[in-house]
Amino acid sequence: MTVTWLNWGRKGNLLYEKDSEKYFVVDEHMHFWDASPENTTNKYGEGFIKCFYDYHANLSPDEYTWTFEKYRKYTEEDIMHDLFEVGHVDKAILQSTYLTDFYDNGFNTIERNHTLVDKYPDKFLSNFGFDPRNEEKGLEILERDFEKYGSKGVKLYTAEWKGESHGWKLDDPWSLKHLEKCQELGIKNIHVHKGPTIWPLNRDAFDVADVDRTATLFPDLNFVVEHVGLPRLEDFCWIGTQEPNVYGGLAVAMPFIHAKPRYFAQIIGELLYWIGEDRLMFASDYAIWQPKWLVEKFVDFQYPEDPEFDDYAEITTEIKRKILGLNAARLYDIEVPEEMQLATAGSATGQIAADPANPA
Amino acid sequence: MPTREAVLDALSGVRDPELDEPITDLDFVSGLEIEDGAAFVRLRLPTYFCAPNFAYLMVADAKAAVLSVAGIEQASVVLDDHYASDEINTGVNEHRGFDGAFPAQADGDDLEELRTTFRRKSFVSRQEQLCRALLSDEFTTLDLSDMSLEDVPPSRDFETYLERRAELGLDIGPDAPLIVDPDGNRVPEEAVVQHLRFARTVRVSIEGNASLCRGLLATRYGIQDKKEATA
Repeated sequence: MTVTWLNWGRKGNLLYEKDSEKYFVVDEHMHFWDASPENTTNKYGEGFIKCFYDYHANLSPDEYTWTFEKYRKYTEEDIMHDLFEVGHVDKAILQSTYLTDFYDNGFNTIERNHTLVDKYPDKFLSNFGFDPRNEEKGLEILERDFEKYGSKGVKLYTAEWKGESHGWKLDDPWSLKHLEKCQELGIKNIHVHKGPTIWPLNRDAFDVADVDRTATLFPDLNFVVEHVGLPRLEDFCWIGTQEPNVYGGLAVAMPFIHAKPRYFAQIIGELLYWIGEDRLMFASDYAIWQPKWLVEKFVDFQYPEDPEFDDYAEITTEIKRKILGLNAARLYDIEVPEEMQLATAGSATGQIAADPANPA
Repeated sequence: MPTREAVLDALSGVRDPELDEPITDLDFVSGLEIEDGAAFVRLRLPTYFCAPNFAYLMVADAKAAVLSVAGIEQASVVLDDHYASDEINTGVNEHRGFDGAFPAQADGDDLEELRTTFRRKSFVSRQEQLCRALLSDEFTTLDLSDMSLEDVPPSRDFETYLERRAELGLDIGPDAPLIVDPDGNRVPEEAVVQHLRFARTVRVSIEGNASLCRGLLATRYGIQDKKEATA
């Protein structure tokens, strides 16, 4: 198998091309997880991967749907094939989700993710996380991880369980201290992933108001709200109009393009209206979904011919290029091939698809 | 003896607070047995990790709805296949309240604030749905901003809008303006377009979540997604 991998360097430099247009693709949110039965600690870990599998099975085209057994633990070869050999991805960002209360060795820790960066440094970046509930010790861990891995971003899962606690908020006092440390170290991209639980549990765990407050406090950090705030798209759109340093990661929104294309069209139309084309970033959430079909369908995407979509601004090739890779490349200082720089040279930067109304 | 239809009809009055649809339409009711004035209801949700606060509300509301049926003296409602099934089922059926069901994880004993937040979203979404229909029916935005409730032609969308509006305790009298914010304040004419633009985002979000949840439930239980064909 190894022989095949030697060709990736060449293949990886060939950009995805359709109708004589080329696209540089950054997958800003993907995983290398281990939810094998051997690594699963308890019923919660079992329930977590089953829930993930239903997202995969419900929204993937049949030919890209795996068996549950394979889905629990896939290989390095699967990733290299699905992302770089056939998936049109040029650079991938491995996000770490520890879940050590659910899985003996964690779900996908920075240690596991970084094995891929070590082996394929031109293909991957990896982000670690922090847990503010570790308080002072957490700041030390953050500093140590940064020295070791040098990541430019952190991935934070606010619904992560830790003993009795079932979550935290981004503007909790110890979280703010960790973010101060990120700023000091030069970790500038803060990926926030909301889940179903939080403290206190009687509040809406998906609410992104804490991101709003925190983004105001740290104007020099970029806050990437994963899955564009879904299921609170409206709250995310609202804070996106208020905070220039808030970005949207399209993981989980992308796959609707196949199973629920009208809904995808509505989401992307709303996002372009409120957030604009410079702050949205493609992500597959691999292995939940595979980038090949997501990239191909997005490049081909047009709004349905229906009055419902008449007042959404057109999604041009330029906009698709930005979303598929150029926006993430800007946040992560990823070198963009010269031909893509030429392709974008003529377009005005910061151009917004449509001016959002200011409901304030 | 109370009929199955009567109990199901009562359950159809219980909505998923996030999705703004009846739990019966969402296929969340997976079992119903009635025996000598006692009803036993089973509920299921799209995922093992659906937010426990909304799950608790649906179980509690289902129990109250079933008990409202004439002739039902006892009701037991059980949520299956959820990470917090035990806490929720015991909490609701033993009247412990949400903080009693999740000690140390909640900072209050009720979920009314959460419920109100989502009633406001539902109201905004239903208002947009009604106004969109009216706008495609020859009315202009200017017309809408001048209209009172008595000027609105009857429709299913209008009925639903009035129900959501009444739930928030807002004026539903004939003279009350059609377009008000969730606090009941009339939206000024110059702000109506912007108001409806954001309302549209709320509607897209709620409808999209409902569509996703139907799909996940269908996948999880190997059943037909009732609305897939029209999604």
